[in-house]
Parts: sequence; structure tokens; C-alpha cells
Amino acid sequence: MGAPAMSNSMTIDGKHVPFSDGQTIMDAALAAGVYIPRLCHNPQFEPHGSCKLCVVSVNGRNMTACTMPAAADMVVTSNTPELNRDRKALVQMLFVEGNHICPACEASGNCQLQAAAYYLEMQSPHYTHFYQPRAVDASHPDIFLDLNRCILCELCVRASREVDGKDVFGISGRGIGTHLVVNAASGRLGDTNFAATDQAAQVCPTGAILIKRQGYKIPIGQRTFDHHNISEVQMKPLEPEHE
Amino acid sequence: MQPHEFPQIEQQLVPVFERYGREANKLLQILREVQEIFHFIPAAAITCIAAHLDVPRTRVEGVAGFYSFLSLKSAGEYRILFSDNITDQMQGNPELMRYFCHKLWLEPGKVSEDNLLSVDSTSCTGMCDQGPAALVNGWPLTNLDHARLDLIAELIRDRKPVCDWPPMLFEVKDNIRRAGTLLGESCIPGAALRATLERGSAATLAEMEASGLRGRGGAGFSVARKWSMCRASAGEQHYIVCNADEGEPGTFKDRVLLHSYADLVCEGMTVGARIIGASKGFLYLRGEYRYLLHQLEQVLAQRRAAGLLGRNILGESGFDFDIEIHLGAGAYICGEESALIESLEGKRGRPRNRPPFPVTHGYLDQPTVVDNVETLACAARIAAQGGAWFAAMGTAQSSGSKILSIAGDCARPGIYEYPFGIALQEILDDCGAEDPYAVQVSGPSGILVSAQEFNRRICFEDLPTAGALTVFRRGRDLLQVVQNSAHFFAHESCGFCTPCRVGTQLQKKIVDKIANDHGTVSDLEELKQLGHVMQTMSHCGLGHTAANPVLDLLQKFPDAYQHKLKKLAFEPAFDLDGALETARNITGRDDAWAHLP
Repeated sequence: MGAPAMSNSMTIDGKHVPFSDGQTIMDAALAAGVYIPRLCHNPQFEPHGSCKLCVVSVNGRNMTACTMPAAADMVVTSNTPELNRDRKALVQMLFVEGNHICPACEASGNCQLQAAAYYLEMQSPHYTHFYQPRAVDASHPDIFLDLNRCILCELCVRASREVDGKDVFGISGRGIGTHLVVNAASGRLGDTNFAATDQAAQVCPTGAILIKRQGYKIPIGQRTFDHHNISEVQMKPLEPEHE
Repeated sequence: MQPHEFPQIEQQLVPVFERYGREANKLLQILREVQEIFHFIPAAAITCIAAHLDVPRTRVEGVAGFYSFLSLKSAGEYRILFSDNITDQMQGNPELMRYFCHKLWLEPGKVSEDNLLSVDSTSCTGMCDQGPAALVNGWPLTNLDHARLDLIAELIRDRKPVCDWPPMLFEVKDNIRRAGTLLGESCIPGAALRATLERGSAATLAEMEASGLRGRGGAGFSVARKWSMCRASAGEQHYIVCNADEGEPGTFKDRVLLHSYADLVCEGMTVGARIIGASKGFLYLRGEYRYLLHQLEQVLAQRRAAGLLGRNILGESGFDFDIEIHLGAGAYICGEESALIESLEGKRGRPRNRPPFPVTHGYLDQPTVVDNVETLACAARIAAQGGAWFAAMGTAQSSGSKILSIAGDCARPGIYEYPFGIALQEILDDCGAEDPYAVQVSGPSGILVSAQEFNRRICFEDLPTAGALTVFRRGRDLLQVVQNSAHFFAHESCGFCTPCRVGTQLQKKIVDKIANDHGTVSDLEELKQLGHVMQTMSHCGLGHTAANPVLDLLQKFPDAYQHKLKKLAFEPAFDLDGALETARNITGRDDAWAHLP
């Protein structure tokens, strides 16, 4: 087989979307310029399918767009009031699970969780806050790790494993106790071989991984999502999503 | 107190690594042994395992932190876990646990100051017909009462090793109350295999098809279809796995099958192996049933000696198959087939993204069949006696019989085998249910059935079940039943996807709020919305079913919660006056002005 066959197609929200073998619904949608909300998916890494924002209805059944292979007979709906309401509920769940204080957060304006909340017209966190005690690890000379803001998307886990070849991050615990761990007996980021130039240091969709001494270089008000909708920004798949 | 320094840890653990061939796939089995040696998993052990298995430390820590029976903090030389199923609760386990803790000056969840013991609760241990139950260092304790707990306290004070405790504490009965074709007729080891070899694999697969056998684990997928898809999949190796991770609260029929019908189950696996072309099989035994391990190993050894396992089975050249037992370590989610496979590979029990399905990409990415214990026992019978015989029992879409684990408010809890299609009312009469008001069919993930529905029938067309049937008499607090289920799901969610990880917690909090007399009408609406999000957005069956008990309660049993509700349309989860209690304590005030109006 030579050039990728694009003979197959499906529809997403009534739009005709071609795809080639091996593409997921998300891949095909991205290529066709159809936006499906997402937080844990970044086209540079293996799909993960955990945040569930990209759940779409496929021939009447809900499926995860970033992991589901595209198929010829699919009739997909995504941008519907019902699905967007459920997506908003998921974003609200992430807000109350962690400790997200946007006005005081260095990532404000660059944060995809915040931007997804804007996009889905979230007015309040709605659910009861968990206020879970979570640690801030400042042991690394160049990087902060603030687990208050971690949404368990595992992008840093994947980037460190797939691109950096380091396995700096992993996931431990279970259920609501699930948490990010680092590759050191001390549990401290400063005792790992993590570097600020690693890909894993660039991919956090929130402000859980922050490079030190960069804070507020771009003032709040002049940041990506202060001026752009997340649907525009995330449609540029292979460019850095932070300015 | 953490007095744990382990200068010799490497020398202690190397023999364990050697025994498991330093295979990363055996990580969970290795961690289980480390837990047994140290009574927890020390950080030094994690580092040592990572180095010897050549895997990142994060992977070892990730697995060690996932399973309930592995502990990253010291849990004492004796770890007692009281079973927290609703039947154990009804039999008095919460009071027994308080009694025991009080007697030994303990706080649940915390290890004693001398590092001797800890007490906590655990999900259903599968002893609902002989509870209240608990586990001590993984061994099941049954029929607990004050006298037995006094004895146990004495044994612990004397530091008597658990293996020297009186056997009567660990006695587990089968309690078979009604046997049908599966449990009632004797099985000659090898009969099904001989019939399979005589008939040939394709013809035996056709018998499976003719039998109409559907999976007994709850989902009811056609066994013949699953086996033929796996048989047709290309791979270097094919695998067959027996799912004995019987974790659904209230289910204990696989415990009995593995205890008294292990030959039949192994025979079913071997028939399946012949058909799909597997030379290796796994029996995934839930950690709670590790007491069966030795006996199961003996059955496997006997079968090897009899030429029913191993190389050239029954003299058939090239028919090689053997079974390895893999122990779980406390994780309900591992009953889900793809999570089970992850666990078999020594990983966190996280359900995979599907497709691909296990029949094409299962264990080590190879074609794999995962079948329930009872399904495999049925398959052995069908191989021996033919598909038509089996299909003659039951209903059109549910052939054969079903083994039920019945517990709760009934005179004769235990194991009952019925042909599919049996009415619930008849079962309730047989087990001596006392003034039944509601029945939880198939555990928390199943259906809560009201008395108006007792004419419904057990079958895939009407009331499907993996085997659990828990009876509640009139006067039982069904809100407490649902609260127990909500806590169970919150505890067992694997934490991978947002809707289940957070949704099960939110559900638990709201049900608690209602049970604590702070609920309002708006909380009911909130529960329905949450249920919808979990059902439609979750990654796997756990999240899809986690709202079932709550939604059934709301729909069918308004009497169980309406009197609990406040009249207000909204009541905050945050109790403002309660929050002032600290300030009142500090100032020593309790007058009217120190309270909110």
C-alpha cells in the first residue's frame, strides 16, 4: 500500500469527514478541522482516553473519540447540548477534585482546564469541593511540581517515557487516591534526572508542572486563552499549545 | 512508628526474584511475597525490585499502590480486615469491629503503637453465607462473634503465628442447598477431554454453539463466538484465562466451584485450550480466596500425573497445555477482563481501551479468551454430554442452569442451582426468605428488585445475574444498603477516568448526606444527574453500573429516603454552625450568641 488511502469517510455533526486506516475519530476530526473538546489527549503522544471530555455519540452509543478507531459507517455527533452538558460536568468534577484557584495561579490564561471551562460555559464548580491535601514539591532547582493542579491526564508520564526516554513520572494509588509519583526513592522531583528542557516539562495542560523563574513573564491578560478560544488553539495540533 | 531499616533486603528478596525468573510480568506475585515477608512494601523493597526486574521505580510503586492487600505503610504483623459487605453489616460486623478495636486499644485504619496489628475493613470477602467474616493476613475468618474475637485477641497477644491458630476459626462450608446438573452429577476427570479429542475441535466448537452457552460472569456473551474469534486470530501464542476474581459483593458460587469442582473447571479450561489452540492458561484467583491456592495446586498436580495436563495430553501428540495460578491482591476492577489481563501482566488493574478486544490482543498482546469459572464448568459438561442436552434446559436465550449465591435475610443461605427461567418468588420460598421486601440481584452493579417484581425470572431476557442474590426483609433500611453500595464503588473505582473516579466519590458524599438527615429534594436531582454522567461517560462497566443501586432506590423505594429529607429545597453540604464548633470549644462558649440563628 502506497499513499494513505482516504477512500473511507464518516460524518461528524453532519459534516463529511474522510479518514485513513488506523486513524481514530479524534485524528480524523482534527484533520478535517472539526473540534472535539479534550484535555488528556495531545496528538504528539499515544492516546490515553482518561479525561472523557472527547466522548462522542457514535451511531447512538457513546465512545471515546481519542481512542476509538474511525470506521466507515460511523455517524458521529459531538457538538450537542447533551454532550456539552456532560462535558461541563466532567470539567466541574476536575475543578472540585483538585485545588484550582485560578486568580492566584501562575498558569491562569495558559491553562487548558480553565479554557475548557470557558468553552463549556462553566459558571461555577457546582459540586462540593474535596479540598484534598496535596503536596507542592519545590525540591528541583528548575521546576515546581504542584499536585494541587494535577488532573491525572498522564501527559507528563507519556512524554517522559515516549520522548525523553526517562520515565520520570508514574501513577500510583487507586480511585480518588490516584496520584502522580516521581522516579525517586525519596519521592522528590529534585532527586530525579528531570530537566526543564524535557518534553515532559512542557506538556502539562494545567499548572502542575511549572518552570521556575519564568513566572508572570507574560502578564495575565496577555496569555493564550485570554484572547483565543481553546477550540482555535487546540486545532493547531503539532504546535506548542503554550505561548 | 516506622522502625524499618532493611540492610539485608537484597539477600532476602533475590531468591523471590529468582523464583519468578526476574520477569516484570510477575511483579504483582513478587509484591505479594514481599508483603508477606515484611507485612508491608518498604520503599527499599520497591527500589530493589525495580533494579532487579529492570523496570522504572514508578512502575513498581504504581502497582504496589493500586491493590488493597498491598500496603505501602506498615500494617502490623497481624492485619485484620473485616468484610464490609451489606450482609456482613447486617450480621453485625460494624459492632464486632468496634468491640475488637476497643478490646485491643486500636483505631481502625491505624497500626498499633507496638507495630503488632492493624484493623480495617475490606470489600466483600465472599463468605456472605457464613459471616460475619474477616481476613487475617489474607486467611478467611468466618462466623465471627464476641467469643471468637476474644480468642483471636488472645492469640495475637501471645504472638501465635496465624498458621497455628485453631482450624475452626477458618472453617469454610460449601452450603450447597440445591444441586442441578452442574453440581449434582459426578464428573469423571478426563471424560470431557476424551470426548473432545474423539469428536475433534471443530465439532466440539459446534457443540458449544448448539448448547447456546453464554458467559456466566454477567455479560452473557456467547462462548462459542468468543472461542471461534480467538481460534481464528493469528498470534504467536493463544491463552485461556479462568476469571476467578469473584469480587461482586454477595457472590460466592465460584468459591464453591473452585473448592469442590476444581477438576471440572480445569477440564473446561483444557477443552477451551484445545479449541482455541492455547498451550498456556491462567487461573486468576482473587486474593480473598488464596486459602484455596494449595488445594488447587494439588488438583493441577493430580491432573498432570493423570496425563490431563502437561505435554501430549491423553497421549495426543502435540496437545500441550498447562495452567498457572495467578493471585490477585484486592481489586474488584480486576474482574473486568481487560483489567484482569493487565493485572496478569503485573500491572495496575486498569481496563484497557477497546478495541482491540482480548480475543485478538489479550495477554501479552496475544489472542486470549477470558471466561468465568462457572462458564468453564458448563463448557466441560457440554464437551462431555453434547450441546443439545444443555440447550434443552433453561429458556430460549438462556440455556442451561445458573448457580446462585443466596444470602441476607433468609433461613438457608448458600448455593442454589436452578435451570434458567426460574421465578424469583420460587427462589425466595426455597431459601426461606423472611417477609422479603427487596432483593439485590447480581450485587451492587445489578438490579435492586422490589416485591412487586418477584414474579420476574432469572435469565438474560429478564433478570440477568452473575450469581449474587441478596435478600432484604421488610423493615431493613434500604438507604443503608444503597449507602454500602455507594461506598463500595467509591473504594473500588480504579481512578483512571474522570466520571468514575470523581463521580463515585460525589455519589457517596450525597448518599451520606441524605443518610445523615441533611438531604433535600435537590440532592435527589443531583444523584440522577451524576448517575447519568457516570453511566454515559465512564470508561468501563464499573462506572457504567456504579449508579444502579442509587437510581433503583430513587425510582422504586421512595419510602426508604423521603422521611429523611429536609423540607428545604436546598441544604448546603457545608454545615456552617458545625464549623463554628472549634471556635466555641476555644472560647468555652455555648450560649445562643455562639450559634447561628
